[in-house]
Amino acid sequence: MIGATLHIGVPRETRRRETRVAATPTTVTQLVGLGYDVVVEAGAGEASSFTDEAYTGAGARIGTADEAWQADVVLRVNAPSVEEIGRLRDGATLIGLISPAFNPELVEALAARPITVLAMDAVPRISRAQSLDVLSSMANIAGYRAVVEAAHVFGRFFTGQVTAAGKVPPAKVLVAGAGVAGLAAIGAASSLGAVVRATDVRPEVAEQVRSLGGEYVAVPAGEQEVSADGYAREMGEDFNRRAAEMYAEQATDVDIIITTALIPGRPAPRLITEEMVASMRSGSVIVDMAAAQGGNVAGSVADEIVVTPNGVSIIGYTDLPARLPAQASQLYGTNLVNLLKLLTPGKDGTLVLDMDDVVQRTITVVHAGEKTWPPPPVQVSAAPAAAPVAPKQPAPPPEPPKPGRRLALVGLGAALLFVLAGFSPSELVQHLTVFALAVVVGFYVISGVHHALHTPLMSVTNAISGIIVVGALLQIGHDDALVTALAFVAILVASINVFGGFAVTRRMLGMFTRGPSTGSAAR
Amino acid sequence: MTATSAASAAYIVAALLFILSLAGLSKHETAKTGNAYGMAGMVIALAATIGLAVDHGLSGTGAVLMAVAVVIGAAIGLWRAAKVEMTGMPELIAILHSFVGLAAVLVGWNGYLSVEADLENQTEVSADLLGIHSGEVAIGVFIGAVTFTGSIVAFLKLSARIKSNPLVLPGKNWLNLGALAAFAALTVVFVIEPNLPVLAVLTVLALALGWHLVASIGGGDMPVVVSMLNSYSGWAAAASGFLLGNDLLIITGALVGSSGAYLSYIMCKAMNRSFISVIAGGFGNEGSAASSDVDYGEHTEISAEETAELLRDAKSVVITPGYGMAVAQAQGAVADLTRKLTERGVEVRFGIHPVAGRLPGHMNVLLAEAKVPYDVVLEMDEINDDLAATSVVLVIGANDTVNPAAADDPTSPIAGMPVLRVWEAERVVVFKRSMNTGYAGVQNPLFFRDNSRMLFGDARERVEDILRAL
Repeated sequence: MIGATLHIGVPRETRRRETRVAATPTTVTQLVGLGYDVVVEAGAGEASSFTDEAYTGAGARIGTADEAWQADVVLRVNAPSVEEIGRLRDGATLIGLISPAFNPELVEALAARPITVLAMDAVPRISRAQSLDVLSSMANIAGYRAVVEAAHVFGRFFTGQVTAAGKVPPAKVLVAGAGVAGLAAIGAASSLGAVVRATDVRPEVAEQVRSLGGEYVAVPAGEQEVSADGYAREMGEDFNRRAAEMYAEQATDVDIIITTALIPGRPAPRLITEEMVASMRSGSVIVDMAAAQGGNVAGSVADEIVVTPNGVSIIGYTDLPARLPAQASQLYGTNLVNLLKLLTPGKDGTLVLDMDDVVQRTITVVHAGEKTWPPPPVQVSAAPAAAPVAPKQPAPPPEPPKPGRRLALVGLGAALLFVLAGFSPSELVQHLTVFALAVVVGFYVISGVHHALHTPLMSVTNAISGIIVVGALLQIGHDDALVTALAFVAILVASINVFGGFAVTRRMLGMFTRGPSTGSAAR
Repeated sequence: MTATSAASAAYIVAALLFILSLAGLSKHETAKTGNAYGMAGMVIALAATIGLAVDHGLSGTGAVLMAVAVVIGAAIGLWRAAKVEMTGMPELIAILHSFVGLAAVLVGWNGYLSVEADLENQTEVSADLLGIHSGEVAIGVFIGAVTFTGSIVAFLKLSARIKSNPLVLPGKNWLNLGALAAFAALTVVFVIEPNLPVLAVLTVLALALGWHLVASIGGGDMPVVVSMLNSYSGWAAAASGFLLGNDLLIITGALVGSSGAYLSYIMCKAMNRSFISVIAGGFGNEGSAASSDVDYGEHTEISAEETAELLRDAKSVVITPGYGMAVAQAQGAVADLTRKLTERGVEVRFGIHPVAGRLPGHMNVLLAEAKVPYDVVLEMDEINDDLAATSVVLVIGANDTVNPAAADDPTSPIAGMPVLRVWEAERVVVFKRSMNTGYAGVQNPLFFRDNSRMLFGDARERVEDILRAL
């Protein structure tokens, strides 16, 4: 994989209804900046409204399909067909949405060629890899588009209005699943003016729901789940029953339901049953964003709008991101650029795949003709790092001091003190008593100190320890001139301490002010 | 009532006033009263002592010398106190500590000169207590000298007159232990046969030890060092109290010593460091070899105008300042920003890490100087859980205290140190001069997070730019 400037090929997408393209003029500029030569198949960007001229202007070369497929690095949106796999040259690198978990035959077919395949939809959910996370960027678009599709079919306003022609109630939208898509849908629907409710099996997303203007509807009490890998998991039976009750109740109330529930590697969970659909008002709309994986909604058909006998439209589009082609291409293209930045450390058009890097390892499905799927699991804590219920301990707590050891220390100290005092003349014992008590007092007196007062406290203790001047005061005027001289210096420096310390403390304390009454609103 | 008993009574009153003073200083409401108590205690103590000295037959020259020394000292002290910049507070406090140490050394030497060196004429100490007196001299001089040079090194490091990198001598722990052992041996010799050379060697040894202790601690850990020296200065005063048989000195020294030690302990806990290793010196040097070759991705820059835009739309803003704010003298501008945003109805609060700055509470003092109301200035534990619900966090000149690596990278040199979880906020704007690492020498993954934006340049200028844009 080492060599002079590599060619990147961007072939036209061939899947039916696909409108996206793996590079836009903007991302082409960035790819060229990384040192690559870019070949774009003629007309590749047409469906996304990117003209060939725009690509040329960005520094790409327009070529034939063969030229694009024969490049060293081929950027695709969708996985290639069997015939397309054959068009790749030996040693090429293919990057695209492979869905290796769902397409074992495809992975086998790819591994039969001496090529390297990177799956953009297998990016681990760790912070560092966020900029590569296609699933997030596509889900964001899909969530937005789901609302637009629903609005298109829905026969009313989203926002409530009082007009001369009467009062219009706002639409009520229920979003099931507050992942990226769900959150995007919440945001879009609430900015259209609808009343938005959202539900999710992960209680920690409640805050995110609220932040976008939605209302979080919790599944009534029961064990709560926090995910360790940032994705939802299948839930227990009892939980499902309670969730179903909640959905049944919401279905009779809302106008629009958008379901986004997906569990990686499994069929989508059935959230909305036939009875629930039947209980909805005529004219209601359901968008099933999981239709491709079997659907969250009973009766949804992938890529179609089904109208039930009671007048509820169930939208099962699976190409929601592709319905915003320019946007989707731009975000996908940027994800690819970010990946290539990672793979091109030298910015010299040389692709370096580091199999020790967890991100690069995880997305590699085939490495030089060898199947490397599935990758070793990556345990990550995604967004809910804040959740106090996080199952993963961030770090083992510092070992608490063993009570036995502490007791031994105290005992040792006491014994030492006892011996010391026992063998001391009474005068010293008296001083030791005073000393010991003062130590304890000093400890307790400041144990509740306010954090903001650490500095003034230190400067005042500093001033107070200038009390040592007392010792020097008693030594001055001694017959011995040397003693007097030393005492003089001691008094001088200790006085600096006393006066300086108190004065500076005063000055500092003078600055501490309580805010006006508005300030206390903070807490 | 004789002069001596009157003085003793006055000392008790003074000691109580000092306790009240420290207690008062632990709360905002009572802090000023606390300072007043301290001053009252000091006046009483000084008056009683002068009375006692006069009663002991203080000569005219002695009185004049005393007055001159106090006046000069007071003048210098008041002048420095009035002039010091709040950002220079750590240096001032460090140098003041050294004075206590120096005074303790001098008092100890005088103790030797007026008693052991002058056995025929001395009447202060009875013959059977002479050994104890000599021991007290040795201990007092030792603690005083350690404090003296330790504080001077701290002062030099804080005022950037010397490099703040930790000094690493081979076998530094053995050097420290050896010095302690030598001190014990010298003390025994001195008790058996008090003589000037032994005392001189002991003093030099202690001076060297103090220098080495602090020199081997890195600049980033200075808050703990300053507070530790504060404690040492107290113990030095207490040792002098034993030497002179003066309970007031003992009480005060013990008060200061134990409160300073407790304060250092709080600091250590905040930094997840072992208290023992701080006292032993030189704990700040792990992690200097932190790996920086990890690829964290790319950071994203933001302009002051865009930051202003962010702030205008924000519901709540948390500002987490660090030493960089002190360096840039940005506290005034930050306070203006706070006022402006508050007027617009944005909730502005401050999150202060316990070891932000170079002195415990350093940030609080700076913000107080700039008239930021103290009830919006919260400490780490108070604000950490609210950060996730915050729209914008402004990280001004802080680095290690907001490093997510401490929380989620167990191999990081600062792993386990409690930090402000700013990365949980919706947006984080980091004010920084460059992409250099912080004091711990650790790269900060925060800068590369998706919700982080870097605003490069001098913190004060950038904040002023934002103010203009607002």
